[in-house]
Amino acid sequence: MTVRELADSGLFEVVNLGDQPDREITKVFCCDLLSIAMGRAPEGGAWVTVMANMNTLAVASLTDTACVILAEGCSLDENAAVKAKEQEITVMRTEQPVFEAALQIENRLRGYASQL
Amino acid sequence: MEEVLTLKYHISPDDFTRAGEASSDVKGKLKQMGVSPEAVRKVAIAMYEGEINMVIHANGGEITVNITPYEIEMILADVGPGIPDIDLAMTAGYSTAPDEIRSLGFGAGMGLPNMKKYTDEMKIDTTLGVGTTIRMIVKL
Repeated sequence: MTVRELADSGLFEVVNLGDQPDREITKVFCCDLLSIAMGRAPEGGAWVTVMANMNTLAVASLTDTACVILAEGCSLDENAAVKAKEQEITVMRTEQPVFEAALQIENRLRGYASQL
Repeated sequence: MEEVLTLKYHISPDDFTRAGEASSDVKGKLKQMGVSPEAVRKVAIAMYEGEINMVIHANGGEITVNITPYEIEMILADVGPGIPDIDLAMTAGYSTAPDEIRSLGFGAGMGLPNMKKYTDEMKIDTTLGVGTTIRMIVKL
């Protein structure tokens, strides 16, 4: 599943579609501590978190995360929203809890894999 | 003589909105130079952790990055309080970050361990009350 396919799936509200919409999502990753995310976030991952600040975007960018999904109704503040646009990072949001949001992405990823 | 490209960055203290800009800049430049994505990721992660540490603990500082065809060297120098016990600071999960920093998502005690994990060499020189210099190398 590509970032664009996830964005178009209707599962989440799209806050910003970045510069690599056709990138394949490799894995789902859940973490709210940025230092752990920094060391563990998989390249090309869909990162589900409630940490919605400027530094989340920096970590996403530096780890080559494919997209960030803000769960539990969390939103980027104004400055972070501007940065997401500037840095062309894909960000989505949802009212769902972290686990449910991640599970829905995982189900889509598995469904896609089984069709191959 | 071997060609060395040197990049220098000033890290502002207590500016969390800008933390990571130096690392992002280095990452972009290395990508443009055709450095392997794996090496770029290692440098970006190690340098970002160092950059964040300088903002949280050391009143900012200076980062020098030397790029050669064989390796990328990062030198992070600050005039902060120094590290009293390096072994303890290197322990995963140990952190002295204040609550306000933790609320931003930092302070997991993974900074120095991540820096070691993602570099091929890492050396810490620290003197209490004088400052800390960390030299890290990622081989290409």
